[in-house]
Amino acid sequence: MRFMVIVKANQDSESGALPDAKILTEMGKFNEELVKAGVMLAGEGLHASSKGARVKFSKGKKTVIDGPFAETKELIAGFWLWQVKSIEEAIEWLKRAPFDDTEVEIRQVFEPADFAPSDPTGEIRKHEEKLRETVAARR
Amino acid sequence: MTAPDARRAIEAVFRIESARLIAGLTRMVRDVGLAEELAQDALVAALEQWPQAGVPDNPGAWLMAAAKHRAIDQLRRSKLLERKHAELGREVETRTERDLDAAIDDDLGDDLLRLVFISCHPLLPTESRVALTLRLLGGLTTAEIARAYLTAEPTIAQRIVRAKRALADAGVPFEVPRGPERAARLSSVLEVVYLIFNEGYSATAGDDWMRPELCQDALRLGRILAELVPEEPEVHGLDALMELQASRLAARTGPSGEPVLLLDQDRARWDHLLIGRGLAALERAEKLGGVQGPYALQAAIAACHARAHVAAQTDWPRIAALYQALGQVAPSPVVELNRAVAVAMAFGPAAGLELIDALASEPSLEGYHLLPGARGDLLEKLGRLDEARAEFERAASLTRNARERQVLLDRAASLARS
Repeated sequence: MRFMVIVKANQDSESGALPDAKILTEMGKFNEELVKAGVMLAGEGLHASSKGARVKFSKGKKTVIDGPFAETKELIAGFWLWQVKSIEEAIEWLKRAPFDDTEVEIRQVFEPADFAPSDPTGEIRKHEEKLRETVAARR
Repeated sequence: MTAPDARRAIEAVFRIESARLIAGLTRMVRDVGLAEELAQDALVAALEQWPQAGVPDNPGAWLMAAAKHRAIDQLRRSKLLERKHAELGREVETRTERDLDAAIDDDLGDDLLRLVFISCHPLLPTESRVALTLRLLGGLTTAEIARAYLTAEPTIAQRIVRAKRALADAGVPFEVPRGPERAARLSSVLEVVYLIFNEGYSATAGDDWMRPELCQDALRLGRILAELVPEEPEVHGLDALMELQASRLAARTGPSGEPVLLLDQDRARWDHLLIGRGLAALERAEKLGGVQGPYALQAAIAACHARAHVAAQTDWPRIAALYQALGQVAPSPVVELNRAVAVAMAFGPAAGLELIDALASEPSLEGYHLLPGARGDLLEKLGRLDEARAEFERAASLTRNARERQVLLDRAASLARS
């Protein structure tokens, strides 16, 4: 199973200041543990939302909103993708992370097998394929 | 926490810790079988105590301490017996305990690597190496291994017991092999990991074409190995090969579970995260001395496919050249067959058929369904449809995999119609 581990933003991460050396070292060690255990697939930290943008879709209209965004706690400061056997394993790994005073969210990533039950005969997929062929033929 | 929740949490901790735990304990007691029993005892202790007391802050250290206590108990008991027989002094006992402490604090990474080498020891039959590796390093239960291999649980349990006994009887040292022995032992390790991957990637028996869980277990082992022996190009080669092959897992089955061949796959369904990881691992192998070993060469071939955005962009001449290089370091009729297919793609079906026909009398390919499968494919391209149909039917009669058989029969039937 694949999980996305989502680290929320806080005032420090939103201020654009880099984490101090101690936190970086601790996080480096934790990441090393994850890599050594064959668990880490990917992991990235994100710049402050002041460097980001949003595109709002509403009734056919697209509006671009430049960062920063106010609701700090709803924002994301970084993420990992982990490959583990169960959500319990992801939780146990996360408990070892050197965080203090924050909340980190674990979400399971959809995998092809997850879609199977809603498309038992493969009809939806076949329909999509036909669509794709039609589009290709028109080109 | 409810009891089942606690149990799942403890099992997750154990899965994370067990390989390191067993590795550290093996170093202490010099017996991988006993080490595993001690680790299991620690798990039982955790299952008794953690649901009430909660999971400790450092669960790995807790488990190690619990196992160590058991080890010392056992040691005392055996020492007591020994003293009765040989009247050993007390000094011996205390010194042994001090050694145990020192042993545990030593580098755990090295112990893990020793455990890898002992689990894949060439003294053991292949199926035992596979079971022991999944058990000790993959952290799988006997039941999980049995399910993955469609084997009865007692069979796997017995295989593991026998393997541990064989290692103890032979007095196999708990060490990282050095010198000329190292290369051979490492290649046994890589072989075991790739066998596990392949059993998942192309199930040799049963109704399912793949068992992706087993692929994930092998990938995890491969990634761990890449960190344990980062200086070995072939370790990264194997990692790259598995990442690249696994990137196609989702695209390899159609809606009703039938296999979809590489060139027919929807490349949008390939896992681009794994492709990126695979190409990075291949680059690491290249930097460490070029792509020369069999795994790195196979990874380089897989990378040719991964880099092509559509099947028509595939660099077939390069693939044919890589197969030729592979045939030199790891000669096998199967590699020749693949080279023939690549040559056909690069230089036309007639050129490929010539190479395949040269393999027809190869005794080791007798009964190998991919040979008539590939031959049928080339005959079809050359418009020799009746011969092609016969080859597909022959291939269908040879495969042991139900899904694959159906695909081959369908191809034969479609030729009969046209």
